[in-house]
Amino acid sequence: MQIVVDLTRCQGYAQCVFLAPDVFELHGEEGLLYATAVPDDQVERVRQAAAACPVQAILAGEGVSAGAR
Amino acid sequence: MPGDLQDGRIVIVGASLAGLRAAETLREEGFTGSLTVVGDEPHPPYDRPPLSKQVLLGKASADTTALPMRRDTDADWRLGVAATGLDPLEKRVMLADGESLPFDRLLIATGTRARPWPNPEEASLDGVFTLRTSDEAGGLAERLAAGPGRVLVIGAGFTGSEIASACRERGIEVTVAERGPAPLVGALGGTLSKLAAVMHRNHGVDLRCGVTVTTLRGDGNGRFTGADLSDGSRVDADVCVVALGAVRNVEWLAESGLAAGPRGVACDAGCRAFNMYGIVTDDVFVAGDVSRFPHPLFGYQMLSLEHWGNAVAQAEVAAHNMVSPGPLRRPHLAVPTFWSTQFGLNIKSVGVPTYSDHVVIAQGSLEARRLAVVYGFQGRVTAAVTVDMAKSLDYYKHLIETAAPFPPPLGSADRAIAADITIPSDVPDPSGLSHGPTVALTGHLPDRRLTVVQPTG
Repeated sequence: MQIVVDLTRCQGYAQCVFLAPDVFELHGEEGLLYATAVPDDQVERVRQAAAACPVQAILAGEGVSAGAR
Repeated sequence: MPGDLQDGRIVIVGASLAGLRAAETLREEGFTGSLTVVGDEPHPPYDRPPLSKQVLLGKASADTTALPMRRDTDADWRLGVAATGLDPLEKRVMLADGESLPFDRLLIATGTRARPWPNPEEASLDGVFTLRTSDEAGGLAERLAAGPGRVLVIGAGFTGSEIASACRERGIEVTVAERGPAPLVGALGGTLSKLAAVMHRNHGVDLRCGVTVTTLRGDGNGRFTGADLSDGSRVDADVCVVALGAVRNVEWLAESGLAAGPRGVACDAGCRAFNMYGIVTDDVFVAGDVSRFPHPLFGYQMLSLEHWGNAVAQAEVAAHNMVSPGPLRRPHLAVPTFWSTQFGLNIKSVGVPTYSDHVVIAQGSLEARRLAVVYGFQGRVTAAVTVDMAKSLDYYKHLIETAAPFPPPLGSADRAIAADITIPSDVPDPSGLSHGPTVALTGHLPDRRLTVVQPTG
């Protein structure tokens, strides 16, 4: 699973950091860093984080596969 | 007829953020025809902002930033092959492998590339990098992980500053050379550029402003060893990152008859490309960093934006308009917004800070390194920048959208003492910077005429 956070929208509520601390971390007071590729054992936590985000800034899904059509 | 617009052949040239989001939106809007996405890089669409942050910090590898899809695009992804030309009469896109793709409607989303160091021989020295693609980021991250003695960053725009910040966080010595008076001055003006300079120096960056790099030096084996500066000084370093802004990928359109030039491909508010006579086309659309478009909030000047959010928003509007009949088309009127994290600060901007004559510190203070700066032009709010105050940004966005008077009215509880003191915004002429600002007013700065600088590289 891949994630991207719309940091235009992110306001630093940091709900994701509490729900999936191995994936999301605050960098400074409100800058967000995250693992773009989600380890399998974190997928459920990331789903919860995406659902809990007050500004709905987290998009999780699969990337375009190399040989895609 | 609307039914016809849902069918046919659509080609998207550009397989990054704008190209991907446009492809998804086309399907979402009911397009059932054939969809082909052409990309010159071999990689499926990936996200670029993490490349100068997570990747350089060593927290993620460069090949793991693939963008998640919102939905299946049912597209033919032609990756690793560049478009080399466009025949608007025959309605074909020519590809580097000799093939030509017929289309009924075309979306141009070829974005930008890093501006290279102007001397090709010096640019090819081992240890000299630019940072735009995941391959470039991977190579640079590898060098940073090896623990270089010093990194030289040329250009203190957002990318250069983020690179310097990542180096310092990893304990790597870094020198930053900027032609302008301070970091970020081209994007944010005088007040916040002073804070940026303080942040660089407090974090141990050897910041040199008002200088240019004249020569990159190598040893006998073609390895980068250092650089000469215009003030006569010399910097010894193992790695050099050239962060001189971006060049728009328009060369492939040179013979197309479209209004494509160094500042991008001109289009109307509905993302339809103009031809070179200024006549709008009906089947060629533009989105993302390669576009420039008129914005009513900023004097209808043509804006070109290198912003993540703009790529998404404009791609969605372009895709909608590609499958919608005239009266149902929408304008792209999103207020420009971007962010940067560097030296532990979260900097967010809304509006166009360079479209300003004065600023006020509306909340917080420079000393606290937590503040909101509001920009005004001729008595109207045109932009705001927050530092570690992202929750306030929507309020200021509302002021911009409603053309609120400047200085802004009382609106927040923690109003700064300086809130009524307007100071000049000190936006410099872009030609005096070593990086390109990420928002370009492609006509005029509000109070003076711009000099068009043709890239020499």
